Amino acid sequence: MRTVIHMLATLLIIGAISGGLIAGIFDVAHPKIVQNAQRETERAIFVVHPEGKKQEKISGVAQEIYKVSDDKGNTVGYAMPCKGNGFQGVITLMMGVSADLKKITGISVIDQTETPGLGSEILNESFSGQFKTVNPEPEIFGKKGAKETDNDIVTITGATISSKAVVRIVNEGMAAMRKLKKEGKI
Amino acid sequence: MSKTQTRYSEVFMNGIWKQNPIFKQVLGTCPTLAVTVSVINGFAMGVATAFVLLFSSMIISLIKKLIPNQVRIAAYIVVIATFVTIVDIVMKAQFPDLSKALGPFIPLIIVNCIILGRAEAFASKNTVGRSILDALGMGAGFTLALLVIGGIREVLGSSKFLGTVILPATVEPMLIFILPAGAFLTLGILFGTANHFEEKKKAKEIQRAIDNQMGAKNVNVTAAETTETAEKEKEA
Repeated sequence: MRTVIHMLATLLIIGAISGGLIAGIFDVAHPKIVQNAQRETERAIFVVHPEGKKQEKISGVAQEIYKVSDDKGNTVGYAMPCKGNGFQGVITLMMGVSADLKKITGISVIDQTETPGLGSEILNESFSGQFKTVNPEPEIFGKKGAKETDNDIVTITGATISSKAVVRIVNEGMAAMRKLKKEGKI
Repeated sequence: MSKTQTRYSEVFMNGIWKQNPIFKQVLGTCPTLAVTVSVINGFAMGVATAFVLLFSSMIISLIKKLIPNQVRIAAYIVVIATFVTIVDIVMKAQFPDLSKALGPFIPLIIVNCIILGRAEAFASKNTVGRSILDALGMGAGFTLALLVIGGIREVLGSSKFLGTVILPATVEPMLIFILPAGAFLTLGILFGTANHFEEKKKAKEIQRAIDNQMGAKNVNVTAAETTETAEKEKEA
């Protein structure tokens, strides 16, 4: 009986001390973690909207979407974080579109766990830069080798699945934004 | 005085080479294989593990007498988990990029056998000072091993070192080295190299021992020969 009490008491004390320690450190670090995530989002918004100066979250819609305006207050477009399955895990990217939703101003991959050296090339400007010149209407296609129409994105050699995943995510994002526009919410 | 000093330094040096956690004990190979796609990832993982190892070894060796034997593993794991969680939170706050790159492998330090292994095999049986030295040595050995593996994989796999391109563009990067297969290849070749040198060293030691024995005889033989030739000359 005495050993049992001793065992319980030891574990209880150790657990309480470590719990308290972690809670204390978490309290200090948490605001910084939130701030980091926010800064990351903000940075991504201005990457996809280089001429944007201010961003404002649009309220009243289910999706997380930001309205971006320049220093004179004119709306330059929208930015929306989109998610989708890649080859190994979820790809999160920020996509920027012009105010009339006719043009993609840029995409920036925020989070990905694709194969290093192959799928992770979706981060490369030579791939993601293609979205700036592509015609997103009615739909973007991923093509191997060479571009045939202006709706095409050339996929990365050895990473067709990752490339097509990005194309799909962008298409879905465009569709969601068009729907919001139609409903007059943005 | 000098005796304890050499023994302390031996405790530290054990972790670096003689009992290197990766090359000799082959512990903690999961993070070793998974995160060493670049030098900086390997370094961060090594330092994070060394930090956890240092503090958990210290605490465990401090409280070793207070813990009942039956629950010692549970108690060690709680101590280790506390430090790992602290590292994880601090990294997320201070180095978000690194934290993202290392992903789930930081929380997984909890079950890294190097840490529990050292707690059970060393810290629970030795004084605080020696445990700290042992943890530092093991941590340094682990970090060094990860740096070497990360360096080889980054240079061969992406032609970069610490993020800057160092090989000319004509050298095609061997992608396999940043894929999981490359981790196994690199680690295997390094194991082989380490064992080769160890064996060579052993062979040399054995040879030296034999030479010492033979050397003693040889002196006698040459001495006998000279007297023999001298006698023959005399006869002539």
